[in-house]
Amino acid sequence: MYAQMVKSTGETVVAKEKLSPKEREFQDRIDRGEKIEPKDWMPEEYRKNLIRQIGQHAHSEIVGQLPEGNWITRAPTLERKANLLAKVQDEAGHGLYLYCAAETLGVSRDELFDMLHKGKMKYSSIFNYPTLTWADMGAIGWLVDGAAIMNQVPLQRTSYGPYARAMVRICKEESFHQRQGFQIMLTMAQGTEDQKRMAQDALNRFWYPSLMMFGPSDKDSVHSAQSMAWKIKMNSNDELRQKFVDEIAPQAAFLGLNIPDDDLVWNEKTGHHDYSEPDWDEFFQVISGNGPCNKERLDARKKAWNDGAWVRDGMLAHARKKAMRKVAE
Amino acid sequence: MTVSEEWPLWEIFIRGQHGMSHRHVGSLHAVDAEHAIKNARDVYTRRNEGVSIWVVEASNISASSPSNKGPLFDPSRDKVYRHPTFYDLPDEAGNM
Ligand SMILES: [Fe+2]
Ligand SMILES: [Fe+2]
Repeated sequence: MYAQMVKSTGETVVAKEKLSPKEREFQDRIDRGEKIEPKDWMPEEYRKNLIRQIGQHAHSEIVGQLPEGNWITRAPTLERKANLLAKVQDEAGHGLYLYCAAETLGVSRDELFDMLHKGKMKYSSIFNYPTLTWADMGAIGWLVDGAAIMNQVPLQRTSYGPYARAMVRICKEESFHQRQGFQIMLTMAQGTEDQKRMAQDALNRFWYPSLMMFGPSDKDSVHSAQSMAWKIKMNSNDELRQKFVDEIAPQAAFLGLNIPDDDLVWNEKTGHHDYSEPDWDEFFQVISGNGPCNKERLDARKKAWNDGAWVRDGMLAHARKKAMRKVAE
Repeated sequence: MTVSEEWPLWEIFIRGQHGMSHRHVGSLHAVDAEHAIKNARDVYTRRNEGVSIWVVEASNISASSPSNKGPLFDPSRDKVYRHPTFYDLPDEAGNM
């Protein structure tokens, strides 16, 4: 998902008897559904895992602005332009809520940026794919924000208070994103032959990368158990992926578009759709830096950060001077 | 990366259209109070959520410590007589 491969230290959950009294009390609080707050005692590994996860989530929101920002100046109508601008602005806000949540764990904003820029922290693989046509704005809103919602809704119940509260805000804002995307797809799917072809092409390109957003298959996802016990991960990757496929398949049919998977069929017995797994080799390549746009995205982030340095410094210096003048008066 | 100093952190409180009081909504970085209010408008009121914004530099907030929860809040737990329902009155006495 937005946090796809969060490296976690505990591959398996430590048995409750082996926990120290403090750790046991902590786990009991989580089991009772209590929220952990910044000043509360927490195991060092819980804190570290959360910084990685929330940080990765925040980076994804920020880097995620780039593929869509690409189309703001070329939106087909003024209304679409305003819609997309509002959506991309929301994503900046999501990034900010999440960075603030991470900062309550004792990491600074600058440290988080630095780790992103140095490639020490990841962001979602999905944002390393190019946005080639306007239909991609539709596909992203519908599929990418759709997948994000699927992951973020359960995270509103996550054990860490500031993270849960950020998720509540984000979820409130997110559904407009998916609806505006779907509406673009609908308009194009009902439009001219060319528009319909573009819509289909966007679905073809974004389908499997969207499935990858949920992270590796459960059998290869070694980091989950401890995160689930700590309630910083609420569902397994495959569980959410299945839910996503079940939700999107009928919507694609409604649009009259074909999901690019010949094996995607409704399975009466399981009550779910069967579907093909994405190419996991591709996923591991993209997440480790070798996707089509990884370099471009990271360069854009670094450029924005470096080019903005004089503004950040100047504003701080000016504010200090103003404050001094006030004291002098 | 360029090493420069981070902008201070501010806690943001918003009173909504029908809100009785300002509520904490989150935090953000800004150089001073004026800047914090401007940023808060962009970050926390994009959907008409507020009619008033308060900003407080985070370092100026003192908070009770979680380990003090017992001594601070337990004493009020057994004082049920501070609630109106503690006093059983006959219906004939009318609404009170
Ligand atoms: Fe978002
Ligand atoms: Fe979104």
